[in-house]
Amino acid sequence: MKIFTLNYKVLLIIFIQFYSTLSFAQKDSVFLKRTVPDSSKLNMNLDAVYNRPFLQMGKFPVALGGYMEVNTNYSGTDGISEGFSFQFRRLTMFMSSTMAKKIKFLSELEFEDGTKEINIEFAAVDVEFHPLLNLRGGIVMNPIGAFNQNHDGPKWNFVERPVSATQLLPATWSNAGFGLHGKLYQANWVLAYETYLTNGFDESIVSNTAGKTFLPASKQNKDRFEESFNGEPMFTGKLAVKRRRIGEIGISYMGGVYNKYQMDGVIVDKKRKLDVFAVDINSTIPYLNTTLIGEFAWVSVDVPAASVQNYGRRQQGGYLDVIQPLVKRKMFGWEKATLNLAFRTEYVDWNIGTFETTGDKIYEHIVGITPGISFLPTAQTVFRLNYRYQWQRDILGNPAVRTAAIQFGLSSYF
Amino acid sequence: MKKTILVLSALSLFAILIASCKKMLPPAPKDEEILAGTIPDLTPEQEKEHLIGDASFARIFSKEEGLGPVFVQSSCSNCHVGNGKGNPSTELTRFAHVNGSIIDYLADKGGPQLQQNAVIGYTAETFPSEANVFSKRIAPIVMGLGYIAALNDQAILNNADPNDVDADGISGRPNYVNPTNFFVPLAIHTPNNGQYLGRFGKKAEKVTLQDQVVFALKQDIGITSYFDTQDLYNAQLGNYTGDDVADPEVSSGFVNGLVFYLRTLKAPPRRNANDPDVVAGEKLFNQIGCVSCHVSSFTTPASDIVALSNQTFHPYSDFLIHDMGQALDDGYPEGNASGAEWRTPPLWGIGLAKDSQGGKLFLLHDGRAGSFKEAIAFHGGEAAGRRTAFNALTEQEKESLIKFLESL
Ligand code: HEC
Repeated sequence: MKIFTLNYKVLLIIFIQFYSTLSFAQKDSVFLKRTVPDSSKLNMNLDAVYNRPFLQMGKFPVALGGYMEVNTNYSGTDGISEGFSFQFRRLTMFMSSTMAKKIKFLSELEFEDGTKEINIEFAAVDVEFHPLLNLRGGIVMNPIGAFNQNHDGPKWNFVERPVSATQLLPATWSNAGFGLHGKLYQANWVLAYETYLTNGFDESIVSNTAGKTFLPASKQNKDRFEESFNGEPMFTGKLAVKRRRIGEIGISYMGGVYNKYQMDGVIVDKKRKLDVFAVDINSTIPYLNTTLIGEFAWVSVDVPAASVQNYGRRQQGGYLDVIQPLVKRKMFGWEKATLNLAFRTEYVDWNIGTFETTGDKIYEHIVGITPGISFLPTAQTVFRLNYRYQWQRDILGNPAVRTAAIQFGLSSYF
Repeated sequence: MKKTILVLSALSLFAILIASCKKMLPPAPKDEEILAGTIPDLTPEQEKEHLIGDASFARIFSKEEGLGPVFVQSSCSNCHVGNGKGNPSTELTRFAHVNGSIIDYLADKGGPQLQQNAVIGYTAETFPSEANVFSKRIAPIVMGLGYIAALNDQAILNNADPNDVDADGISGRPNYVNPTNFFVPLAIHTPNNGQYLGRFGKKAEKVTLQDQVVFALKQDIGITSYFDTQDLYNAQLGNYTGDDVADPEVSSGFVNGLVFYLRTLKAPPRRNANDPDVVAGEKLFNQIGCVSCHVSSFTTPASDIVALSNQTFHPYSDFLIHDMGQALDDGYPEGNASGAEWRTPPLWGIGLAKDSQGGKLFLLHDGRAGSFKEAIAFHGGEAAGRRTAFNALTEQEKESLIKFLESL
């Protein structure tokens, strides 16, 4: 990873050069090919990494793509506002190539908040032996829930990512590893599976400055791409079914040992496990065309007995997005522009349980709602206007801290 | 044309939205409903210093920053939630071995305080077998401490009556304690045989806020500071088996930033002070002699923080220790204070205690009382006469008195 951080500028230059060459070639449609994602409705969350628009130049074996996200933010908490900000959230670049028949590669590089964080979110080779049997190796996105794999900004109708996806589950969560995936087609049905063994979490999930059991804390450990924290691979598996024109439902599991139970061959603790279950849905109601996207996750962690109770043993949370297209027609010269009403409800409880001393309920939870409007001139670009309101209660359940934000954002593939 | 109208109306909608932005954000809770904010008339630089201390108060320490290895909680504000009174879920326990007049705080066995939690990969402390007295305590409110810290020793001693010369049944005693090795006496401090008057802590065992902060950083969080560089350890594991983070884990500036924060938190605000019931309740509070210990007013002398100079404030405490009788006697002595002796806690802010204790009241030093009536019922020893007087009030009078407490 270090080498990459040093050279990201070089990569950026290559990227920009490629794009500027393309823009000169813009008029020559034979020279330039834009591959818009296959919209036959049998794409699943699993396909999200390849299901993106790419640009390919002639016979050049590499296709490029990416997206960016920017928004304005005006927010306040209980009467105190930090004022108005512009936020450049992320610039993500994809590079894919098909090296040979049934062997392809894709990588996704992300620059978050300017260049504050630079990550290889995905970089893997896929080898297809059979539609039911594909081997994937590299830096993969663990298929827990749906958001983690299917997180591109332009696919979402809200400026913010769901709290449960980033603050309960650690999206975007990727690790070095290998896995198998495949699909089985049957008339209007598809069944898909994914299984991976990757490096996993570490002790920071129960020992961190967030002061709560916090899976995203492990994202700070960049060593996980080259070395497992404890020598125990983590398992992630997902099963999903999709029915044409109805939708997709997935169930997933991710788990393994997170602590360093041995050092220099000496056992220093018992093996402590972490288990995550998730259910995700993505469905469009016929006639109304209302889309429902949601996921819910349950986390359980074997927290050491000597730990403060701030570190919860059980957590849960999820979100449900309801998107109602209002107008879908030619607008401002865009043939299939869409105007949507969108509503998100979300919730995370970081600590389910009761206090040992008092027997009272432990809180530490958040509830949020976001009504919004989104406008998609094309499927690759989305403008969104959101009003987000959240209530956050501390561990004791004292009166909720209220935060609201008004955000206007733009996210687009390029 | 239609399109132009559409665009114009969309733009004006957007403009209206932006104009009404402020209104769409959650309003601030009323000033008198929360325990936060600074004393009046601080300079902008002092306000800024306060904010730095505020961040330190909220800082959650990690293992890598020196937390523990054994500790009670990982940040100040985890116990002093919202600056208010704490909840028993974050209580601490002190222990000692007492044999007649010989008191051993078991320093070589992890005393005087239990750290029931540990960083990952380390063992939490348990009581050494020698311990035979235990004192459980919940966190106090931290508002208005600057006024108390500014008081001249003499202002506190004026209410002391160790031999109950005035025969009112109340004999507030000063708790003289040995100063810490980093204590720098100010003009307000008067030594007594090399000891100094304690005014902070459940038994008035701490002389200054700095003493309290240094002690709490170490004994509650396991953080060594410039003023006390020796790490905590768990004697069960072996002496001096601390963490391997370089000491001191925080600087003198960090400690003093916390002290400044505490000094500049405003006095808790009152609500409904002019409500007739509240006014009547206050009268009863004075009449039946609650005020003998819960003294209503003090005035500060000149202070280095100008905003704290010559200010009259209303803590409802005398900062002296009182024998509270058997029910509250935990057998744990501190300084001059016996197991039954407790410092009168300030009652200011008590009306908002619920909002920091998770919606329930946990009163007295260990949170054992779930209501004001219950807290009063535990008043024995010197306060027994006042409890009797309270019990003799009519139900309505009791309610008024409680309304007064809720208005604090
Ligand atoms: C002799 C001195 C004395 C008198 C008189 C007295 N108190 Fe107290 N009060 C104390 C002390 C000391 C405590 C703390 C005891 C403890 O924490 O165990 C206390 C605690 C309290 C508390 C709980 C405060 C907290 O922070 O938990 C309340 C409420 C209270 N007193 C109200 C009263 C009322 C009302 C009266 C009159 C009926 C009264 N007190 C009379 C000394 C006194």
